[in-house]
Amino acid sequence: MNKLDELLNFNHQALNLRSHRQQVLASNIANADTPGYKARDFDFKSALASATTQPEMSLAQPATTQAAGGAAPAPAPQPDLLYRSVIQPSIDGNTVDMDVERAQFAENTVHYEANITMLTHQIRMMLAAIQG
Amino acid sequence: MTSLLNIFDVAASAMTAQSQRLNAVASNLANADSATGPDGKAYKAKQVVFSAQDMGGPANAGVRVTGVIEDPSPMRRLFEPNHPMADASGYVTMPNVNVVEEMVNMISASRAYQNNVEAMNTAKTLLAKTLTIGQ
Repeated sequence: MNKLDELLNFNHQALNLRSHRQQVLASNIANADTPGYKARDFDFKSALASATTQPEMSLAQPATTQAAGGAAPAPAPQPDLLYRSVIQPSIDGNTVDMDVERAQFAENTVHYEANITMLTHQIRMMLAAIQG
Repeated sequence: MTSLLNIFDVAASAMTAQSQRLNAVASNLANADSATGPDGKAYKAKQVVFSAQDMGGPANAGVRVTGVIEDPSPMRRLFEPNHPMADASGYVTMPNVNVVEEMVNMISASRAYQNNVEAMNTAKTLLAKTLTIGQ
């Protein structure tokens, strides 16, 4: 992994996980009235830790291996989806608590935007270093 | 890993389901006093049944309306001997629509719909923001 990859990798992985979590939370909100649906989420901290320690495919890899229909890049690992613990269980078996979901959704949105801002600044920083 | 665009599908499926529920509520409220229908019998309250639908992995669960059932609760019986639909003992069978329940259903459906609109708007904002990376 070269320096440029290394610099951007953390935010790249974090952004991927944030977008995945946004989808999980959107699914929970969508199924707020589905009987028997269990609200899901994942542990962001451990998911990010395992994503950033995994060896990323290097950009320096020769392009021919892919162009020649070689081994496709392995799909990014999915974090383990867990079930949310219930605070106020409902009689139809649904465990979506709208307050919790909305709060987490808003929090995740802010973090996603923060991640994008940081990524943009890192790119600007590198550009400044390149252009002098 | 799938993209944020999936939120649009998931939220849209939920909005469709909630609007169907709202339709059922409207139909129930409109027919709360329909003593007779096309089949000659009193109107039976309709309820929609939701179920989770896989939309590409466990992280993407949409909503699907699996069916519209007739409310199994007993019909309302009114004592009105002069009513043309009254039976031999003077009772009229009226719809089993519970107006209070339907109103609650309506509020719940409308709030759930709003929540999904919100989720969709947020996803749109995030995607637009993502496009500005590096600018």
